Amino acid sequence: MEPFQYIRARDVGEAIRVLADNPTAAVIAGGTDLTTLIRDGIRRPSHLIDINGLDLAEVSARPDGGLRIGALCRNAVSDKRIERNFPVLAEALRSGASPQIRNRATFGGNLLQRVRCPYYRVPEFACNRRDPGSGCAALSGDSSRQAILGTSGACVAVHPSDCAVALQALDAEILVRGPRGERRIPIDALHRLPGRTPAEEVTLRRDELILAVELPPRASSERSHYVKFRDRASYAFSLASAAVAVELRGGRIRSSRISLGGVAPKPWRAEAAERALNGRPLDKDAIDAAAKAATNGAAPRPDNTYKVSLAREVVRQALTELKGD
Amino acid sequence: MSDEASQKPTRRTVLRGGAAVGAALTVGHHLPAPAANATPTAGTTRPISLTVNGRHVTPAIDPRTSLLDALRDEMGITGPKKGCNQGACGACTVLLDGRRVLSCLTFAVMHEKQEITTIEGIADGDSLHPVQQAFIDHDAFQCGFCTSGQIVSAVGLLADEPGIAKDRIPEAMSGNLCRCAAYCNIRDAIESASAAMARQR
Repeated sequence: MEPFQYIRARDVGEAIRVLADNPTAAVIAGGTDLTTLIRDGIRRPSHLIDINGLDLAEVSARPDGGLRIGALCRNAVSDKRIERNFPVLAEALRSGASPQIRNRATFGGNLLQRVRCPYYRVPEFACNRRDPGSGCAALSGDSSRQAILGTSGACVAVHPSDCAVALQALDAEILVRGPRGERRIPIDALHRLPGRTPAEEVTLRRDELILAVELPPRASSERSHYVKFRDRASYAFSLASAAVAVELRGGRIRSSRISLGGVAPKPWRAEAAERALNGRPLDKDAIDAAAKAATNGAAPRPDNTYKVSLAREVVRQALTELKGD
Repeated sequence: MSDEASQKPTRRTVLRGGAAVGAALTVGHHLPAPAANATPTAGTTRPISLTVNGRHVTPAIDPRTSLLDALRDEMGITGPKKGCNQGACGACTVLLDGRRVLSCLTFAVMHEKQEITTIEGIADGDSLHPVQQAFIDHDAFQCGFCTSGQIVSAVGLLADEPGIAKDRIPEAMSGNLCRCAAYCNIRDAIESASAAMARQR
C-alpha cells in the first residue's frame, strides 16, 4: 500500500501550500474523473486535497457585464444569466454528462479532466501521456475516436470536455492562484497541444489552483449555440461538436467564434472558419464556406477520416440553427 | 428471502468472502472477483463518520474507498449496485443531501457532513415511496439489477423537477441504463409517481 494522505483544505492558501510542498499531491473536487484514475492506477497521488469546503461555488456578475463562475460551481448549475447571455455554455453543460455526474462535476475539474483515450486509461498499454517515452499504442491501434487536428507523433488523444469548447467560443479566462499570487489564463492557452511532451497537459502550474472561470461581455456570446454529435442519443463523449458565437451588425457578421470539440487534443479554435464568416451575411454560402474551412489542416488517421466530414457538418448545423433573430 | 437466515453460503457471502472462498466452493470463478477492481481497504484505514439513511455510522476505511464500496462492503448496504464502476450505468445512484450522484465516482471520506440516502432509506417504514409503488404498478423492471439506482435517481429527479413533462423524462433519466430495456415502463412509472406526489402535496 502506497503512503497516502487525505486533507480537507480549510482555505485556498492551505490548498496551495500542500500543493507546493508535495509534488505528487492532487486536488479533488467533484472527483468524477479522478476517482477512476486513482482506482485504475493511472494517477497515484501522495496527497488528496479535498477543496469541496472552500467558498468557490458562486456565480456572480462582473462590473463589466460579464460573469464569474466559481471553480466549484457544479456542472448542473441552473442560472438565468448563463441561459440568457451565454446559451452555448448552458447547452454544452447539458450535453456533457448525466444529471448524476453534473451534480458533482465542477467547472475547474471539467477543464482539468484527463483524456478518454482507451490506451491512456488502461495502464497495460504504452502511452506517452501517462508514461512519458513509453510510446503511443493508439498509433498502431484503433484510431476511430482519436483526434484529426493538433496531433503529434507522440499522442493523438482527444480532449473530452464539452464545457471547455463552449468556454473557448466565449473567450473565457481562467482565474488561478499560486504561491506568487493570482493570474488569468486565456482558455485557449490553458491546454497544451501534445507535441513531444504530451504528459504536460496544461499551463496551470503544479502549485496553482483554479479559482474561477470568467466570461467577458462579448457581443457574440448572446447569439451562441452548441451542437454535439455522439454515437447514441444518451450521454456519451463527443465524436465531433461545435460551439459557435456570432455577432451580427446590419445583417452582416461583425465577429464570430467557432470552436470544435471531439477532434483535437484541446478545444480547437477554427479561426479559418471565423475568417470565412466575418463581413458576410449569415447565409448558406457563408455557412458552407465556414464548414469547409473548419477542418483546415486536418490530418485524419485511417480509422477516423469520417471525423473530417462530421466536424464540417456539426459546424454547418450549429450555424444554420443560429440563423435569424 | 434472507441471506442472513440461510445456513448455506449464499451468493452474497461468497462475494464478500472473495476469491479464496469462491475457489473452495468451485463456483467462485463464475462470479466477479470483488478484489479485482475494489478500492484499497488496508494499510491506511481510519474511522470516518457518515450519516446513511438517517443512521450515524463510523466505518474504518482507506480514504481511497469509493462511497459505493464503503456502503456495500463496510456497511452491508447493498441496494446501490456495482454495475460498471466507472460512472456510465447509474446502478450505484444515491442521494447526497437530496441530490442524485454516483456513489462509484466519489470517495466516502468526502461526505462526512452530508446526508446519504440509498434505496434502503427511500420508503417511510413499511409504506413505499410513490416512486417505488409506481415501479411495481407499471412493471418498470425485469431483472431488477438497475432498479434501485433507477428509483433513487427518479426520486432525485422529481425533487429537482416536480411535475416534469413526460417527454423530458427519458433524457433526465438517461444516466441510468437498463439492459433489459424496460425504459418505456420506467418512464410511465415516473410520470405516474410525479402525478401521485403532486396529489399528495
